[in-house]
Amino acid sequence: MGQPASPVSADIAATPLLATEGLTKRFGSLTACDRIDFEILPGQIHALLGENGAGKSTLVKMLYGALQPDEGRIVWDGAPVEISSPAEARRLGIGMVFQHFSLFEALSVAENIALALPPRGRRELAETIRSVSREYGLPLDPGAGIADLSVGERQRVEIVRCLLQQPRLIIMDEPTSVLTPQEADILFVTLRRLASESVSILYITHRLSEVLALAGRATILRRGKLVATADPKAESAKSLARLMVGSEVMGIERPDRAIAETKPRLQLNRMSLSTDNPFATALCDIDLVVHGGEVVGIAGVAGNGQQEFFDAVSGERRLARDDMIVMDGRAVGRAGVNARRRLGAAFVPEERIGHAAVPGFRLSENVVLTRHATGEAIASGYLIDRGAARDVETRVGERFDVRRSGPDPKASALSGGNLQKFVVGREIDRAPGILVVNQPTWGVDAGAARTIRQALVDLARAGSAILMISQDLDEIFEISDRVAVLSEGRLSPTFPVETMSAEQVGLLMGGVHHQHDGEGEEASYAA
Amino acid sequence: MRLELTRRPQPSRRMALLSPVIAVGLAVVTTAIVFMLYGVDPVRGLYIYFIAPLTEGWSREELVVKATPLILIGVGLAVAFLSNNWNIGAEGQFTIGAITGSMLPILSPDFQNFATLPLMLTLGALGGALYATVPALLKTRFGTNEILTSLMLVYVATLFLDWMVRGPWRDPMAFGFPNTISFSAAASIPFIGSGRLNASAVVALVIVVLLAVIFARTLKGFEIRVLGESPRAGAFAGFSAKRMTIFAFAVSGGLAGLAGIIQIASVIGKLQPAISPGYGFTAIIVAFLGRLNPIGIFIAGFVIALSYLGGEAIQSGLQVSSRMAQVLQGTLLFYVLACDSFILYRMRIVRSHAGASAPAHA
Repeated sequence: MGQPASPVSADIAATPLLATEGLTKRFGSLTACDRIDFEILPGQIHALLGENGAGKSTLVKMLYGALQPDEGRIVWDGAPVEISSPAEARRLGIGMVFQHFSLFEALSVAENIALALPPRGRRELAETIRSVSREYGLPLDPGAGIADLSVGERQRVEIVRCLLQQPRLIIMDEPTSVLTPQEADILFVTLRRLASESVSILYITHRLSEVLALAGRATILRRGKLVATADPKAESAKSLARLMVGSEVMGIERPDRAIAETKPRLQLNRMSLSTDNPFATALCDIDLVVHGGEVVGIAGVAGNGQQEFFDAVSGERRLARDDMIVMDGRAVGRAGVNARRRLGAAFVPEERIGHAAVPGFRLSENVVLTRHATGEAIASGYLIDRGAARDVETRVGERFDVRRSGPDPKASALSGGNLQKFVVGREIDRAPGILVVNQPTWGVDAGAARTIRQALVDLARAGSAILMISQDLDEIFEISDRVAVLSEGRLSPTFPVETMSAEQVGLLMGGVHHQHDGEGEEASYAA
Repeated sequence: MRLELTRRPQPSRRMALLSPVIAVGLAVVTTAIVFMLYGVDPVRGLYIYFIAPLTEGWSREELVVKATPLILIGVGLAVAFLSNNWNIGAEGQFTIGAITGSMLPILSPDFQNFATLPLMLTLGALGGALYATVPALLKTRFGTNEILTSLMLVYVATLFLDWMVRGPWRDPMAFGFPNTISFSAAASIPFIGSGRLNASAVVALVIVVLLAVIFARTLKGFEIRVLGESPRAGAFAGFSAKRMTIFAFAVSGGLAGLAGIIQIASVIGKLQPAISPGYGFTAIIVAFLGRLNPIGIFIAGFVIALSYLGGEAIQSGLQVSSRMAQVLQGTLLFYVLACDSFILYRMRIVRSHAGASAPAHA
């Protein structure tokens, strides 16, 4: 193949550690990976870049033995191999750190790590964990329970577990999606150090800035095909985005908000929610006011109470006192979700499939799901008016450009982006006075994300109050007027978004995070 | 070479309709094989089992009599199964319905007027509903597994019936036979045919139509399906899964109880230790064979009723055990569930990888 080695690894070796030749995987009629040829050199940090659904995860699962390719082959260290299982991959020296962690919450750090390794003495293992984790700047207490660790610390456990298997290639799936900017910086130091010890890293991401900062080589996938292999040093964020999306991405039109409109529409007053589940986050004394005409963004790292916050505001979990939530002047803390909808509030949860929509139901039936109790024609008394539901389905489909295979398909037949446009559109179609949305563009392609964000801004400017929970800082900065940060169930004060930088928000996200950490690593955050 | 199941992009509508038909076909083939193993000519066996019962008037009436309780219980179970509540105890609710419905004619045999029969049916349905609420409350309060509790309550109910008819409710004039007094005409469902065909068939038909409308057109039907398919989305829609559990058990138990008192007030005429050839369990097969759809269950009820009649026919005609009916019902359920996989999946045969990717372990 004669590809020139990237500058970073030129001095190490030119024989690829891993190469794929014509690797193909089909799921029914969908070709998730279509004849992928690429190679990773020893000691290279190789970014795998692409939108959601581009085929990154499928490709990586084949490399890790979790999926078998339909065609093509994998060459490891110069010899063709068949990776039949993750155990086989680990035997070869391929380790993986997953996006969704595979840790047992009820066990300790050492116990979780011991499960992945050949048996050895407890004390010896604890000592190894302590020394390896400190050596790589990821300090861990082997005796700590997983449930007590922050998301960033859990990721450390995964990485250390992977390191103890002495891999030659580490695959990391969107590792920074759960980290604050500061935590991400620490991770990058570790990754560079590993690369310098000639460990290769395959780094999956859709964040362009990370590719520019970290990678020696970038492979870009789009709709299952490899579209480019680039040297990030010679590219800009813009040129990479064009390669990834396939076209220019338009910005959001965001007119200034009318100053006159300052009516508070949604108020949270010392909102608290206890939890009886040891793995959930309790909410504590949350105060917030959202006015008509504005978008308020709630930033934060996953697992800091976002789900509980959404459930409390939507009414899926009732609060102890009515006055904890006031919607357009009415105290509704103990009211259910439909009572709040009748006051003009609308909600879009994070999970599309199985929460916002029933996958096996047609779109028109999914219209009934959230709009059967709002006094509309869709359901009067005990009867459902299917015609009225279908009218809404058609209207939302046209207005939000929901691409459907035929009239009124099942929700499961839509792609993630199209279903998300539908579940957001279904609520906006009601012209709600208050809209609460959790992760509005999670796992959605760039075009759909733009449509959704624009719709949120437009709804706000028409006088509604928008409360948006998002883990995507770019999104927060793009459409919010004010921002607050949720950390361990507590909400920071709100700040006008113009006065904040990503670093400042990042510091708030990290807020009270590190109280469980091992010895003296706070110092490394100062760096 | 290996078999691979690949998920279809859309569930196949054609397979959804064909699956029960294929399953019935496969079950018939299996029955033929069993006949051969018995040394019976399979063609003759199949004729006597499946065709002969349909050729005479009295046995066609008998088919309706057997299908009625199966359909009544089956549509009720559809409410439970669709909402993800696994009521396996319909046989017990049937039995309790028979007992509570019989209270009136046994305890006040002189109360005979136009209200007697409606009161009995109401009491039977209520009894079945209340009995089914026990596993429902255990599930919503303590998180117990309703499959186990509802099943165990079947044995409690049948033993309770046994004790009642041998003890407190035994007819003193019955020469020691374990049964209650026979019901008066006012406490019996009128016969409408030449044989045992009675007005309860009409009741079943009305309930099938009613439930078909509820499933297709009403918010309640929507709620049942949403909570069955995804409880989280159900909560988001403002529906309560716990209230649904109690509702679904009450409806399915109520209809099973109704079927129980109908059985007593029509074809049996009194309480006795054995009142059901397993209708409550067989109705589970009916519900799935009918795709949990009231119209489908209506058809499936007749198919399974035929298997009962056929079982009796081969016993008298061919001296083959009537247990054959249970074998057929079991294989039928097995095939239905197996064929259902093809609604969501496509099967194909994959040859092993071409030479290019032959394994070469390092």
